[in-house]
Amino acid sequence: MTTSVVVTGLGITAPNGLGTQDYWAATRTGKNGIGRVTRFDSSSYPATLAGEVPGFAAEELLPSRLLPQTDRMTRLALVAADWALADAGVDPENLAEYDMGVVTASSSGGFEFGQNELQKLWSQGSQYVSAYQSFAWFYAVNSGQISIRSGLKGPSGVIVSDEAGGLDALAQGRRLIRKGTRMIVSGGVDASICPWGWVAQLTAKRLSTSDEPSRAFLPFDADASGYVPGEGGAILIMESAESARERGARVYGEVAGYGATFDAAPGSDREPALRKAVEFALADAGIAPEDVDVVFADAAGVPELDRVEAQALVEVFGERGVPVTAPKTMTGRLYSGAGPLDVATALLAIEEGLIPPTVNVHPAEEYGLDLVVDQPRTAEVRTALVVARGYGGFNSAVVVRAAA
Amino acid sequence: MTGRRVVITGIEVLAPGGVGVDNFWNLLSEGRTATRGITFFDPSPFRSRVAAEIDFDPQAHGLSPQEIRRMDRAAQFAVVAARGAVADSGIDLTAYDPYRVGVTIGSAVGATMGLDEEYNVVSDGGRLHLVDHEYAVPHLYNYLVPSSFTAEVAWAVGAQGPSTVVSTGCTSGIDSVGHAVDLVREGSVDVMIAGSSDAPISPITMACFDAIKATTPRHDDPEHASRPFDGTRNGFVLGEGAAVLVLEELESAKKRGAHIYAEIAGYATRSNAYHMTGLRPDGKEMAEAIRVALDEARMNPTEIDYINAHGSGTKQNDRHETAAFKRSLGDHAYRTPVSSIKSMVGHSLGAIGSIEIAASALAMENHVVPPTANLHTPDPECDLDYVPLVAREQLTDAVLTVGSGFGGFQSAMVLARPERSVA
Repeated sequence: MTTSVVVTGLGITAPNGLGTQDYWAATRTGKNGIGRVTRFDSSSYPATLAGEVPGFAAEELLPSRLLPQTDRMTRLALVAADWALADAGVDPENLAEYDMGVVTASSSGGFEFGQNELQKLWSQGSQYVSAYQSFAWFYAVNSGQISIRSGLKGPSGVIVSDEAGGLDALAQGRRLIRKGTRMIVSGGVDASICPWGWVAQLTAKRLSTSDEPSRAFLPFDADASGYVPGEGGAILIMESAESARERGARVYGEVAGYGATFDAAPGSDREPALRKAVEFALADAGIAPEDVDVVFADAAGVPELDRVEAQALVEVFGERGVPVTAPKTMTGRLYSGAGPLDVATALLAIEEGLIPPTVNVHPAEEYGLDLVVDQPRTAEVRTALVVARGYGGFNSAVVVRAAA
Repeated sequence: MTGRRVVITGIEVLAPGGVGVDNFWNLLSEGRTATRGITFFDPSPFRSRVAAEIDFDPQAHGLSPQEIRRMDRAAQFAVVAARGAVADSGIDLTAYDPYRVGVTIGSAVGATMGLDEEYNVVSDGGRLHLVDHEYAVPHLYNYLVPSSFTAEVAWAVGAQGPSTVVSTGCTSGIDSVGHAVDLVREGSVDVMIAGSSDAPISPITMACFDAIKATTPRHDDPEHASRPFDGTRNGFVLGEGAAVLVLEELESAKKRGAHIYAEIAGYATRSNAYHMTGLRPDGKEMAEAIRVALDEARMNPTEIDYINAHGSGTKQNDRHETAAFKRSLGDHAYRTPVSSIKSMVGHSLGAIGSIEIAASALAMENHVVPPTANLHTPDPECDLDYVPLVAREQLTDAVLTVGSGFGGFQSAMVLARPERSVA
């Protein structure tokens, strides 16, 4: 009998809401968090829009000594972890020494911090590089800093698989709990909205060049022409159902299934592997397609990728066989933050019985999807599927369901 | 947990001193060092000017011109190592369901070399804050996200199962393999191509380690600059490299008549929750990781024949680690040879963990314990048997290998003979 793993705390930092309450209030009503980049002047670049987390005052939320040594993504992650622990009612000091670990995903590390130090290196000289550069930009920084801040000594890890990584981190969190660790802080928070990160993202040729926030990111729309990148994500507290029961914790839901696959090399005649990831996740959860009440799509916003995803969903669920939504149309694509934020959103959807909408999109008929657009849809949601894909061919899927 | 056991059936190593397992093992068993003055760029502005570089010609190792262009050096290492490991194992991956073959590559700093070079160009030597996208190379996104390393390896070997990069700083190499072992054990996959790669010898990496004085300034004597456990040690020597392993479930490896190097019998990781770069001297959390790894292997401390140490050569690490061995193995720590191959191949950050797993497996294969080179001056705080200077022939059936890194991560892995009696 495998251990059932549940989510008992959420910490959200998203472009359309800071904190779970604000985020859900915005998301359920379709409030868009995409706008013109404010963190630097984007006017000289082909892409000018982003989903930025508004009003994040790190200096009020974190000790001042942490500020010079942290990138923005780490500050967001530390605050999200604080909120998640508080939401779960967990004080790590009251746990046994190795009872809690941290598994986060990252896609590109503390890239803005890295740009600043590279600039000093090349314009001033090596002796001007910050002593904090040795860890502030690297991919492990969020797990390390969260572990130190909250005193978490249990098994930890860091997963990097671009936008699929956030779901892979949750799966690794679940694996560690099944191996015997009581609780895991997991999820992903990313941010690389700096000129250097922007230029690197542009080279993938998937960023939307539209300068209209309501027309820039249109997954499954005939006018889809790329995506808008965003920052933020979610940190979740995961624990065994038994641990949650023992301490009388509020349970958002269970992480019931996971599947991951990788696409064959470009030019291969093998079929896209996304459908397999979805099927593996359903099988792992022990459910049939008809048990799924809603799908949170990866929603790349790139026509070839939208087609692959729509086809996979139609093959598994039938044409218009399940409601599909993409709340990330309100935030942009958050890289490793996307999967955990969608999982958090799915849990909130289960709690309220309401599917948040995909905004601004007029679904193209050819995809055969029942896309929840414009308005939220009231529905009994017990089981949700979350899909995420990473650049290069990473496909991951997670099933969450209402607590038993 | 299922009863599935995981074994190493293929190994390839790219390490300073030469590409390939034979070159690597010859270097280690002869106690030679591959550290030298930096040749990749002008090191004169830096405090530390020594590194362990690989003389690597990607074309000679089968990479096409386009593969070379789109891959950072560390990705090139990973692909060459993965192909070599698959060849060494003799496995025919086309006979497997591709969805049951996965890839994990560990890397601490990803495409640092490529990023450093490309930043210099798009910023025009650091002059432009609004860096110029017109000068960006088309594959820059592959440098932004080190997950591209795993993508390249998966394509190279035809894997379509669960695949990721594991990036826990300097324990990435152990944690990547540990992650892969868990996937085989739980039954999600049949085969994992697992290892790690880093190519960090670039100005930005040298500068940041200069800033915290983590690397040795001993550039007047580069060949003897890496001195783990020696009383005169004063920092590590940055290295580069990769090692990739083929991991399979024991019974299926036996069935196909594979050569089995070792079983990965136990693995654990813990965090010190103390400091991003600092270590408490007591070694407590590393000792806990060792204890749990032994427990998972269902082995007693006294069964360990050799400890392949992290042994970076910083003051704090070698003391911390020595304490951890005593704390976890008790008196047996004094009776067990401990050595650091970083004395010979330097510290390649995320890559070194898998390279050290490979060294551990080869020590079992050859019944030879590699030495700690450059160890002449005893340190009263490091009072174990560190196998100074000369390799030692001895029966080696079980090895403990450990890693410790920035972020506070402490990892331990136990390799053993699969035919041992498991209680």
